[in-house]
Amino acid sequence: MAGPVLEAKNIVKHFPVKRGLLSREVAVVRAVDDISFSIDPGKTLGVVGESGCGKTTTAKMVLMLERPTGGIMRFEGQDLQALDGGSLRAYRRSVQAVFQDPYASLNPRMRVGSIIVEPLVTNESLASAEVRKRLLRLLDLVGLPERAADLFPHEFSGGQRQRIAIARALSLSPKVIVLDEPVSALDVSIRAQILNLLRDLQAQLGVSYLFIAHDLAAVAHMSHTIAVMYLGKIVEIGPAEIVAKSPKHPYTQALFSAALPSHPDERRDEIILAG
Amino acid sequence: MTGPLLDIRRLSTHYVSARGTRVTRAVDDVTLSLDQGQTLGIVGESGSGKTTLALTLLRMLPPAARIVSGEMLFEGSDLIKKPENEMRRIRGKRIAMILQDPMMSLNPLFTVGDQVAEPIRVHEGTPRRSAWKRATELLKAVRIAAPETRVGEYPHQLSGGMRQRIVGAIAISCEPRILIADEPTTSLDVTIQAQYLNLLRDLQRSHNLALIFITHNLGIVAKMCDQVAVMYAGRLVEAGPVKQIYNAPAHPYTRALLESIPRLGDSRQRLTAIDGQPPDPSAPPPGCAFHPRCPKVMDRCRSEAPPEFRVTDTQTSRCWLSAPVAR
Repeated sequence: MAGPVLEAKNIVKHFPVKRGLLSREVAVVRAVDDISFSIDPGKTLGVVGESGCGKTTTAKMVLMLERPTGGIMRFEGQDLQALDGGSLRAYRRSVQAVFQDPYASLNPRMRVGSIIVEPLVTNESLASAEVRKRLLRLLDLVGLPERAADLFPHEFSGGQRQRIAIARALSLSPKVIVLDEPVSALDVSIRAQILNLLRDLQAQLGVSYLFIAHDLAAVAHMSHTIAVMYLGKIVEIGPAEIVAKSPKHPYTQALFSAALPSHPDERRDEIILAG
Repeated sequence: MTGPLLDIRRLSTHYVSARGTRVTRAVDDVTLSLDQGQTLGIVGESGSGKTTLALTLLRMLPPAARIVSGEMLFEGSDLIKKPENEMRRIRGKRIAMILQDPMMSLNPLFTVGDQVAEPIRVHEGTPRRSAWKRATELLKAVRIAAPETRVGEYPHQLSGGMRQRIVGAIAISCEPRILIADEPTTSLDVTIQAQYLNLLRDLQRSHNLALIFITHNLGIVAKMCDQVAVMYAGRLVEAGPVKQIYNAPAHPYTRALLESIPRLGDSRQRLTAIDGQPPDPSAPPPGCAFHPRCPKVMDRCRSEAPPEFRVTDTQTSRCWLSAPVAR
């Protein structure tokens, strides 16, 4: 396919601030203010920025959990605003998410097998033998043993739970997966496992990622393109190596200079932002 | 005084279940020392015992925990033998601690001034007015803009970074000798984290503090610390000067941890992952606790836990590979 799988043009999201008895609108919070980006098939767009910069709002709009106030979002060339009924359901199947905290995102009362195939069962009418077959393939993809299907989430560690969440996201063979801080709740020795798994899956399945994180090194490691957000705007966007190695925007420079060194001999000229 | 400021010798803290049947060795035979003005990083994953070690130092352990053996010499006298009333004079005055979440460690019902002034009033008996004056000065020291107004505000009126600086102000209010910071920046943004770490370093220099950083973040250790101690399943697996350990880690766990973090610059290379999961602290594997995940495991590791070997004059490692005979 030629074009990008997902394309955002001049997306704006304003949240009204209401006050008083008649809930008059007194101000707007410009959570996302005129941003444009695109994700190619099989590629990763990394979004970095500090809390409140609008990265989660962006993810929510991609997941159609929030509707943009303005601008156009296209999925495989189709305007998302124009989707309804069947085409909207088809879109929701194609875009899945993995969240930060695998302790909160898995239902503790469901067995792992049911958690993973739930999207399949609700979206497609498949024979139970077929569901089982897909389940085993998904478990194998994320590196979990077959017997994991009959256990409950509390029987797994954080890293394994995140594998379960990834298997669930993959169950409908999506085109795009939104990864919202997928490793920051995990132990250090587990993070590399999950990052490697995500990259292997991308190479194998050709899925695109929207990777949101505050760990700059992890974003630089995972992404083909990096977008740096500040106060609702994308202040810099470009190929990952270029943004990480020679950032142009002063905010990006400050952000990357504030990143922690990986070795004590590594000295950076720190640009300390006031406030 | 000649010896180190803090000298921990063969310290063990265990958690005992209500019936006394299950024992978790949260801290197991840990030996460490810290000099004045130095920074020590204690690194480990969740469940490795690093927080229990810090709580043991202050003797603020939960009721189920027991300090089983060892010594903790602070300025030459053993903290374990001190009666509770003496410990109360040390906590917050001689040894202070900063906790992870500033929203949890500040009381929402009291003003910033009251909370910063509290340790000064308690430990030094200073009257309220002059303690408040000191509090204002302390806010200035932790670089809070307009300290005269902020001192009368409540925690919810401040940002996360400011709150954590307030906690820092409380910690240094009585000019402690040792400041323990337990994951002090995990709830902060990257740029705010850099500000805070620089602030801690400046405070350390101006007060000649010994700093103990408890963290899982190897980047913080690389940036801030002189010494590092790596914990795994309650044991100290490797300790020594930061540069030495980052250049030549002796323990396979330390080596694997250092290799597993993505670095800015070498993008899109495959990371060296550590297989398996961190052990359950209540049921660690026999022998060396790292052996099920270790790439260099030998038969001996499965049955015998290695003692602490000296790799160099300053670096120790609990690994059979570091044993003199193995070379």
